[in-house]
Amino acid sequence: MKYRPLNLGRWILWSATALVFLAAPQVLQGGFALTMLTQMGTLILFALSYNMLLGQSGMLSFGHAVYSGLGAYVTVHVLNLMGKGSLYVPVPLLPLVGGMAGLFFGILFGYVTTKRAGTTFALISLGVGEMVFACVLMFPGFFGGEAGISTNRVVGKPFLGLSFGPAIQVYYLVAVWCFLGMAAMFALTQTPLGRMANAVRDNPERAEFVGYNTQHVRFLQLVLASFFAGVSGALSCINFEIVSAENVSAIRSGGVLLATFIGGVPFFFGPILGAIVFIFFVVALSGFTKAWLLYLGLFFVLMVVYAPGGIASLILMQFPVIRAGRWREMALPYALAALAGLVALAGLIGLVEMVYRLSEQGASTVLTVLGLSFDARSAPPWFMFAAALAAGLAALRAAARRVGERWGAIQLELQARA
Amino acid sequence: MEFLLVQSLNGISYGLLLFMLSSGLTLVFSLMGVLNFAHASFYMLGAYLAFQVSSKVGFWPALVIAPLLVGALGMLVERFGLRQVHRHGHVAELLFTFGLAYLLEEAVHLIWGRSAVEYRVPPELDGPLFQIIGSQYPIYRGFMMLVSVTMLVSIWLALTRTRIGLVIQAALTHPQTVEALGHNVPRVFMLVFGGGAALAGLAGVIGGNAFVTEPGMAAAVGPIIFVIVVVGGMGSLAGAFVASLLIGCMQTFAVSLDWSLAGIKVSQVAPVLPYLLMVLLLIFRPKGLMGTREG
Repeated sequence: MKYRPLNLGRWILWSATALVFLAAPQVLQGGFALTMLTQMGTLILFALSYNMLLGQSGMLSFGHAVYSGLGAYVTVHVLNLMGKGSLYVPVPLLPLVGGMAGLFFGILFGYVTTKRAGTTFALISLGVGEMVFACVLMFPGFFGGEAGISTNRVVGKPFLGLSFGPAIQVYYLVAVWCFLGMAAMFALTQTPLGRMANAVRDNPERAEFVGYNTQHVRFLQLVLASFFAGVSGALSCINFEIVSAENVSAIRSGGVLLATFIGGVPFFFGPILGAIVFIFFVVALSGFTKAWLLYLGLFFVLMVVYAPGGIASLILMQFPVIRAGRWREMALPYALAALAGLVALAGLIGLVEMVYRLSEQGASTVLTVLGLSFDARSAPPWFMFAAALAAGLAALRAAARRVGERWGAIQLELQARA
Repeated sequence: MEFLLVQSLNGISYGLLLFMLSSGLTLVFSLMGVLNFAHASFYMLGAYLAFQVSSKVGFWPALVIAPLLVGALGMLVERFGLRQVHRHGHVAELLFTFGLAYLLEEAVHLIWGRSAVEYRVPPELDGPLFQIIGSQYPIYRGFMMLVSVTMLVSIWLALTRTRIGLVIQAALTHPQTVEALGHNVPRVFMLVFGGGAALAGLAGVIGGNAFVTEPGMAAAVGPIIFVIVVVGGMGSLAGAFVASLLIGCMQTFAVSLDWSLAGIKVSQVAPVLPYLLMVLLLIFRPKGLMGTREG
């Protein structure tokens, strides 16, 4: 018998996660918050499944939406058959149907895509994604063309008193599946397959010498990831009650890549953070400005250049400093950098919004912020915003240098003590 | 018979345009190991800039100015973007260009709007070039072929006959040695990246008015040129050439044939064909048509 200490931290963390899932709709009231939470749950599952490829196996995929989308298509057809009464599956088990569909297509396409690794894999996954997208538009009989296929999730007798009509019931369905999926995917990282996937990512040649077939490891990892992608596809089908070509499109595949990377690829919990931030951008910000995709893209590019470990790495970086009780020294440099960043951001947003006002036909050229209005046709606001951007960037440069110096000094001291 | 001839000419002109795009991509990939996801966005930018410039000074100056602008932008991207990301590895570089593609598309949305712009073929190139047994062949198609072939021949000459071309070729395989001989390899990278972007820009200038100049044009052609790179074999210029012509002809013929099989017209299947070719090739010849590397 091996000595196995109880991993208390892990238990606390997972219980807290379950609690957050449980309490979130109570804390954030309202229909809008509920829609966002439900979408977050779906995307968390999808992003985690994506990270099984990118983070854990080093496979950069540009076509992961294929598996979630096809899972959603199969689910929508099963739901419609249930509506006609020719089939019965309890609604809470529908994600399993989507998952199995994802698994099936994972086996089918994964056989081809996982033949190569690295950049070639990225291109092939892109090609397969485009192929599936074109096929979806080609067979409108099954896929419903551009308009897609709509359905009704309230079918048959209520299951244990749940009809899944009200949005709150759908949220809890998503929450339960999301939590189960999270636990399952975390457990997978602890299995020999999960460890081998890391080995194949870090050093495929050595993995081959140990006696593993890297192609086989990649294949298994992709098939399992496709299962979870299918589950998330089924959940989005139940949530939106419509599945269209957009579900398998390159836009979806790119979106999940952005979400996962922003959150943090090297850490298991990174994609969870990324999914939350991404949904905030997509759902909340898109209500305010049509340039939200530009801001999202800019945020992504900045993360790639300055924080390739994502938000998760930025958070984890602080822990040693906090533990040493030195965080107070960092507070001032951080605050200054944040202030400079905000000024630069305000300048940038002003410029972008004014460009947009000028290009959009019929839009008012007057931009109103906090009771102040700026006319995009006159020169002063352009100078003002450009000056804010330039000054903010210059200040940010100086502030970042200060953060770096302070940070380096603290790191050196901590190392010397250790 | 005339159908065959006209369609082959169309296919070849489209294939040559594709090769102008894929050659830049392949060169950059084999030199820097970076797969430039924003390559098709440079193509789109070339078309839009040509539209803007030609509305002020006419088509002919735009033919030179727009690619130069795109090339300059490419150099800036390499110098201040890619070079910073380089230390994080190839995946980070690829993701950087992927994000850049997003940004460029959104910038086009912001500046030129979401619908197509009126970028037209200049009047002196509008009209039939010659007639083959009743069907006319447009001058502009011929002009496209002329530009592509001139460009490709001059690039080939520049790569094989000039000093800088030889340095580039040497840097492909032995960057350290080239650096030790006193050449500035990072500057070579910057030039090649800018050159690839300019080539894509030129393809945009002549492709934008032959087809449509709209914000979706990058997303439409991007996957096709990646397929060409895979089919031709990663990093092989000759392979990219063969694959471009193959896919160009295949697409052109499939769109114009109206045979049908089991209720599905060949023209409907056309968008899938390049990807199908890629999948089949991967199953039977994973290294691509002329690729040497397996991995």
